[in-house]
Amino acid sequence: MEHIISVTVENKFGVLSRVAGLFSGRGFNIESLSVAPTLDPSMSQMTIVTSGDERIIEQIVKQLNKLIDVIKVVDLNETEFVSRETAIIKVHTKDQDRAEALRIVDIFRANVIDSTPTTYTIEVSGDPKKIEAIINLLQPLGIKDLVRTGRVAVAREPVRSAAVQAKKVVRE
Amino acid sequence: MKLTGAEIFIECLKREGVKTVFALPGGVVLKIFDTLHQQKDVEVILTRHEQGAGHMAEGYAKATGKAGVCLVTSGPGMTNVITALADAYMDSVPLVCFSGQVPTNLIGNDAFQEADNVGLSRPCTKYNFLVKDVNDLAGTIKEAFYIATTGRPGPVLVDIPKDVSMAKAEFTYPNAVSIRGYNPTYDGNKWQIKQAAEAIMKAKKPILYVGGGVVFSGASQELLELAEMTQIPVDMTLMGLGVFPGEHPLSMGMLGMHGTYQANMAMHYSDLVIAIGARFDDRVTGKVSEFCPHAKVIHVDIDPTSIRKNIHVDIPIVGDCKTVLRELNQILRATVNGEQKDLRKPWWDQIREWQQAHPLTYQQEKDGPIKPQQVVKRLYELTKDRDPIVATDVGQHQMWAAQYFKLAKPNRWLTSGGLGTMGFGFPAAMGAQAAFRDRLVLCIAGDGSVQMNMQEMATAVVSKLPVKIIILNNGFHGMVRQWQDLFYEGRYASSYLDTTPDFVKLAEAYGAVGLRVKKVGDLDAVLKEALATDKPVIVDVPTYPYENCYPMIPAGGCNHEMILEDPPELKKKQSGSTKVTPEDKDTVLTA
Repeated sequence: MEHIISVTVENKFGVLSRVAGLFSGRGFNIESLSVAPTLDPSMSQMTIVTSGDERIIEQIVKQLNKLIDVIKVVDLNETEFVSRETAIIKVHTKDQDRAEALRIVDIFRANVIDSTPTTYTIEVSGDPKKIEAIINLLQPLGIKDLVRTGRVAVAREPVRSAAVQAKKVVRE
Repeated sequence: MKLTGAEIFIECLKREGVKTVFALPGGVVLKIFDTLHQQKDVEVILTRHEQGAGHMAEGYAKATGKAGVCLVTSGPGMTNVITALADAYMDSVPLVCFSGQVPTNLIGNDAFQEADNVGLSRPCTKYNFLVKDVNDLAGTIKEAFYIATTGRPGPVLVDIPKDVSMAKAEFTYPNAVSIRGYNPTYDGNKWQIKQAAEAIMKAKKPILYVGGGVVFSGASQELLELAEMTQIPVDMTLMGLGVFPGEHPLSMGMLGMHGTYQANMAMHYSDLVIAIGARFDDRVTGKVSEFCPHAKVIHVDIDPTSIRKNIHVDIPIVGDCKTVLRELNQILRATVNGEQKDLRKPWWDQIREWQQAHPLTYQQEKDGPIKPQQVVKRLYELTKDRDPIVATDVGQHQMWAAQYFKLAKPNRWLTSGGLGTMGFGFPAAMGAQAAFRDRLVLCIAGDGSVQMNMQEMATAVVSKLPVKIIILNNGFHGMVRQWQDLFYEGRYASSYLDTTPDFVKLAEAYGAVGLRVKKVGDLDAVLKEALATDKPVIVDVPTYPYENCYPMIPAGGCNHEMILEDPPELKKKQSGSTKVTPEDKDTVLTA
């Protein structure tokens, strides 16, 4: 089963290779991995999409925790979470296709971020299904280039506390 | 006052209580060696190969319980020490390895003797550092020792570029270390410990399964109290040998692939496995799906990843073995009464039956070829009063040593378990001897593995480390030959070593003492002569070449299905042959 694991690490050189080396050395699967500094520049946040049965995921979480540069590990599947991925897609657009491309962009609430007489470069964010869907629709036009960020995710605030807060707001 | 990086290095070692460094120089570490040369607090033992330096540091660490330290140069120095780092990582040995690196401005330029030391050692160290600024050196070394010796111990590498060892900085040694991503858990969860105590009280067929974690935690007294109080039999892993007295009536001996019959049977049929500081290695579990089918499992380990890695655990307790056992004993002391003894009487009857049915056994004829087990047994009997430290290499001789050398105390057993590193024993024995100059240190070796790292005999002679090597010389990679006999129809592919070198002459060539046991009747006299010598000694004991090590659980087999003796066709083939026959040589050549 697919799991999204959020890992807070020290922001220093070599940490990415320790994490990547752990996955390759122990035969764990990485579907995607994204990493960037957090608000506190001494730390980075990694979002790792992986898969495995319960025992493997437990080992992945424990092994990540064992790494000295890892500060915190959260298996987001244990809570509610929201996740997004961004793709940038460069599409061939001949005369008659340009309007069609813009219609697709519109439907998916994507953006054209660069344009030449023969191409559009389109940015789209969403869950992986949405990204797959726009790729499928754009494919007949001719995709010249495609890059995806991999997913980033964050735990949802617990519904109950949100409800309590909402109540408070109403009272006030 | 400002100190050079090299001086800072030595000041740090002194503050960590390091007395001995196992080292081999090279271009980029010359400044450090030059500085070491001009002081007397830290002794340098010059090894002949960096792998030897690494294993010596391991032997030192295993015998003392403190971190072993080795120092190697860049490039090939580093690649040579990798085997020792990997060995220490598998067996959780606290080790701090310092490697030289090319000057920081040349890193990445493919400079002479450059290697990516941090990259090379990453998968086989607990942690590693590249020190880029001399101002970070002292703090880094402090962290390295802290990480190596706390939690689940392991090897740590500190890579020091040449310019860092030469540059100057103010020296201040930090008093404490705080690493936000590293906080080992020492105290076990109280609720879980209570659950464990309840399970122990109720169990009809409990077994203690204890490993190297108990040794490193220094919990042998607590273990003894637990076992005696609850009258639970004790199975030891290869790494755990000595942590419980081998001749104690509750000791079942070693379990696993070549474990005793009673140890493996008791494990298989138990209703409660109490695993302490052991990691359910495949050499212990055999076929995982049929491992301990009737048992509930309690697992105490300081490393959470060990728990539920290989097998299901019912009561996991993350914590230090000593701390957890103390707490567990405290609860049990208040609750244990005579009832448990009655409850477990049938279990003990069964165990005694197993013990009597298939004790460890071999046949030594009076005028026949020398049996390797006989050598280990006599060596044990002749030395047990001297509380020796025993190192082994890897193979048949290692398993016989594990079976017949019944150690009474921990930190006396130096062996390579996880990685199974041939060539480990001799340098490890030297490391222990360097720590304890007056103790008796033995190395039980095979003729195959002792040749890996034989060069360290020069170190032993020059540095006056009078290790006694006893070579069980069967002319084979014996364990390989055993598997070939059992599973490859007796084709001895690349396992026959012939009768070279002459180990007696080899010892003499190095300036050590060489002795040979020519017949079984001479065994005691020659061993005694070796033990009375104050120099390094090789005792070459030509043994029966076809002896196999039993019991044996074939790889992936079930623990209660042990092979207890040679199958009939093998017995027939080898009856009467005391030397390698021409036919055997043919199989060697044609295979």
